[in-house]
Amino acid sequence: MNPANYLYLSALLFTIGAAGVLMRRNAIIVFMCVELMLNAANLTFVTFARQHGNLEGQIIALFVMVVAAAEVVVGLAIIVTMQRTRRSASVDDAHLLKY
Amino acid sequence: MMIPTSEAPAGAAEQLQNIGEATGVFNLTWLMIALPLFGALVLLCGGKRTDSWGHILGCLTVLGSFLIGAIQFLTLLGKDADERAYNQHLYDWLDSGNLQLGVGFQVDQLSICFVLLITFVGFLIHLYSVEYMAHDLRRRRFFGYLNLFISAMLLLVLADSYLLLFVGWEGVGLASYLLIGFWQHVPDYATAAKKAFVMNRVGDIGLLVAMFFMFDQFGSLAFDEVFEAVPGASDGWVTAIGLMLLLGAVGKSAQFPLQAWLLDAMAGPTPVSALIHAATMVTAGVYLIVRSAPIYNLSDTAQLVVAIVGAITLVIGALIGTAKDDIKKALAASTMSQIGYMVLAAGLGPAGYAFAIFHLLTHGFFKAGLFLSAGSVMHGMHDDTDMRRYGALRAAMPITYACFGLGFLAIIGIPPFAGFWSKDKIIEAAFNDNIALGLCALIGAGITAFYMSRVMIMTFFSDKRWDSGVHPHESPKLMTLPLIVLAGGAVLGGGLLINDGIVTWLEPVVGHEEAHHRMPVWALTALTLFVIVVGVAAALKMYQFSPVARTQPQGGVLVHAARHDLYQDTVNEAVLMRPGQWATRFLVWLDHRGLDNLVNGLAALLGGTAGRLRRVQAGFVRSYALTMFGGAALTVLAVLVVRL
Repeated sequence: MNPANYLYLSALLFTIGAAGVLMRRNAIIVFMCVELMLNAANLTFVTFARQHGNLEGQIIALFVMVVAAAEVVVGLAIIVTMQRTRRSASVDDAHLLKY
Repeated sequence: MMIPTSEAPAGAAEQLQNIGEATGVFNLTWLMIALPLFGALVLLCGGKRTDSWGHILGCLTVLGSFLIGAIQFLTLLGKDADERAYNQHLYDWLDSGNLQLGVGFQVDQLSICFVLLITFVGFLIHLYSVEYMAHDLRRRRFFGYLNLFISAMLLLVLADSYLLLFVGWEGVGLASYLLIGFWQHVPDYATAAKKAFVMNRVGDIGLLVAMFFMFDQFGSLAFDEVFEAVPGASDGWVTAIGLMLLLGAVGKSAQFPLQAWLLDAMAGPTPVSALIHAATMVTAGVYLIVRSAPIYNLSDTAQLVVAIVGAITLVIGALIGTAKDDIKKALAASTMSQIGYMVLAAGLGPAGYAFAIFHLLTHGFFKAGLFLSAGSVMHGMHDDTDMRRYGALRAAMPITYACFGLGFLAIIGIPPFAGFWSKDKIIEAAFNDNIALGLCALIGAGITAFYMSRVMIMTFFSDKRWDSGVHPHESPKLMTLPLIVLAGGAVLGGGLLINDGIVTWLEPVVGHEEAHHRMPVWALTALTLFVIVVGVAAALKMYQFSPVARTQPQGGVLVHAARHDLYQDTVNEAVLMRPGQWATRFLVWLDHRGLDNLVNGLAALLGGTAGRLRRVQAGFVRSYALTMFGGAALTVLAVLVVRL
């Protein structure tokens, strides 16, 4: 299979993720979109690793997964706390930290 | 003795006398300076514990210095003329590149004269002050300052280099400042002290620049090395050094155009006026010029300027003296005028140096005597200094009257008193050099006779003009004793001239030149005496045979000018002070409007920009994310552009 197709898929996933982050208000959806972008990047790493026949890209993909897992734990905890205290999961409602 | 000229520079170097290593009693030179310094330290740091015996210590230290000086003088007398200079090297002071300088003292014929004058007159004035300041709560401090002064003055005259001389020079300036402002709770007195200090600094700049020039030209500041190297320097440099030294002398000695501080300096206690502003410190300028004789000998221009400054000052001082009603200010004007004589003599070159020192010594005695007598009069008159409220005091204070009278006869130059011999010699030398200078000196002698007779008559003769509550009385013995001794000096001082004593004595240091007489000596003496008699007669007519007003009469334009010190203060204010103030105001304006605005503007610009930029932090996460994406996109784009 042509490796370029994987790259196209990756670019598509990344764009969907970025658009989601920018356009959606619900914190959980924004969070999922962030994960989507991370995994799009992972796909790119793995594709290039395969193409160039070296393992570094695959290793980095593993690292990213670990970091993403950690991030999910922290992020979900924040979102849950936010939901509890403010009765809302909208990212636009949490705008008190400003100038 | 040959006058060194620029054609024969080698001759000038040979003229310098050999200076031997200090031995025996000359090893104690440092002690002369250290004793009063020690006294000053004890008195100024000792606090109230020293109140009861402080004045005694103050007198004893000066007496000690005098004894050392006297023994040294007697030892010098017993030696040959060419073995009378000794140098005591204490330690290396500066060792920096080309500048190598030690702290050392030079005792020779010139400095020993000063040492004797300073310590002897200084001791008498210390004695006098014990009684004069008896009721002052800060008498101990007063003696501390006096001791400090004596120490600095001795350092000034004993130093063997210009730099060490400068240390003493500043030391006496400091002591003078502290003592003029001794009663600093009176604002006028404090101002007078500041005025003296500031005007002296102007002169000090001259001395400093002269030292810079010397170091640049000769690479040294020690007297012997500088004088040895002077003949090798170009005329321009020698003249420049001479003029800068003169500026220093003019400031310290209250000569034209820096004379205005001396009259205000009378704010200090009377013993201070006698010691510092009559007998010793103000003559330091004359010492500087005479000490620098090898420099002045090589520059006719500098010498001429010195003589002219002296001549101008002697006339100005005498004119001011004629109109002052304050007895101390009249005497101060007279001091200015007499120092003018000395500077004039010093400007005449080898023909005049010895006479300048001679007049300095006799003047030190009779003027200190006059001032102390004036202090004694004030003591009996409730510290009133206005002569218009004196009159007919000779019966009430006979000893003061006699001592003041002897000083008076000495200063106006009646033979055989000291002033006659010394002033007559200067007039004679001035006439031999230049008719105009001679005429100035002659006229000055006439005016001196007038204003001193005026002081004498208004104080001790004419009729009573005291306030009703005043009971004039003679001062205690401790005050009259120094008066009597000083009056003795005023009577006998002329004895220094027997067999040309002082001229021969000073010759190895300053050289001597036989005068070529323009007119016979007896005729000149007769002319001088005639002028003096005219001055006295005029004073008699105006103040003895016509009543003296108790309040100051209106007076004409000239009297007005003289009362205001010939408007020297006004001139200084208009020419120097006002433009100075304008310049400061302009600079302050420039600072506020220019520099401050620049700095504040920059801060405001940054602050304003930041205030606008922080609006970007709106708190909306999605807008931050957009910024991030935009930034990342831009970065990628930039990398691509660079790559491709």
